[in-house]
Amino acid sequence: MKQSLSFTFSIWHRCLGIMLMAAVWIAPLQAAIETYQFDHVVQEKRFQSLTAELRCPKCQNQNIADSNAPIAKDMRAVVYKEIKAGLSDKEIVDGLVNRFGDFVLYKPPLNRYTFLLWFAPLLFVLIGLAAVVSLARRAGRDAVTPPRLSAAERERLARLLSEDAASPAANPVKPE
Amino acid sequence: MRRVVLFIPLLLALLLGLLLYYGVGKDPTTLESALLGDPVPAFTLPTLHDPQQMLDQHFFKGQVSLLNVWATWCPACMAEHPYLVDLAAQGVRIVGLNYKDDRDAAKQWLIKRGDPYVQNLFDAQGQLGFDLGVYGAPETYLIDAEGRVRYRHVGVVNDAVWAQEIQPLMLQLNQVPQ
Repeated sequence: MKQSLSFTFSIWHRCLGIMLMAAVWIAPLQAAIETYQFDHVVQEKRFQSLTAELRCPKCQNQNIADSNAPIAKDMRAVVYKEIKAGLSDKEIVDGLVNRFGDFVLYKPPLNRYTFLLWFAPLLFVLIGLAAVVSLARRAGRDAVTPPRLSAAERERLARLLSEDAASPAANPVKPE
Repeated sequence: MRRVVLFIPLLLALLLGLLLYYGVGKDPTTLESALLGDPVPAFTLPTLHDPQQMLDQHFFKGQVSLLNVWATWCPACMAEHPYLVDLAAQGVRIVGLNYKDDRDAAKQWLIKRGDPYVQNLFDAQGQLGFDLGVYGAPETYLIDAEGRVRYRHVGVVNDAVWAQEIQPLMLQLNQVPQ
């Protein structure tokens, strides 16, 4: 009897769990979507690609397709309206950039202000590469060219190698 | 020579530290207005107090003014409001842009908290706000006597913002004969 009771209990738990999860997963999906009707599938594709490429100015790093912010909703509405009015993609994007600045573009334009933004990573990689190359070269050079020995020192070396336990006092090291 | 080379990473670290220190305290969410130097976008909007009275962009010609974007649903606007009342008392011309708000609620709000605005534009749909590039209230624009946008501050205007960012520019604009 105890066993069947616990079985029923867990079924309720499971149902509740599934309902809760469904509610939690579905709720945010509902929040960011208005339904827009398009005359043609090309228009719908343009809308989807434009809203995926434009950044929400309030959200720091969400595109206007995903963002819940009021300004993103307004921007989606404007993109929809302008697509239906027949504006080109460039005109729509330019209109938004004129109002909100380059920040709404995920790909910033290349000008003297954004020069560092574009090239700093490459610059750092090049500096790093230069450092690695020069270090490797220096290490390689040291390994390949051992310090030169004079004839007398070579003789001493041979003697030392052949002898066992040569006392350091008998063979003082000559400073180079 | 090798000794000197060893100091290069230290130098780079110091430079990086300076760069990062420069960013401390700066709000990364504020954007510069894309309209700097451009005229206020063309608009025709009713005023808050009189729905029959329409104003357009020529309203800004003739004097330097602040354009404050606000709404009753914006808690930061509530915090900013007393300071605006102060500024208005000092003679600063402040035009309000009531952004996507409820007319009655907005009127009540001003009765309760004081009205620093020489006029209040009622932008129910947020159309002028959108054209200005408003992305969150409160925002305050500095408009010169030719009706051009000269500065935008995103966020609350307080003593520090006024003294360091807006007032110097306003004084400069007032000196230049328009």
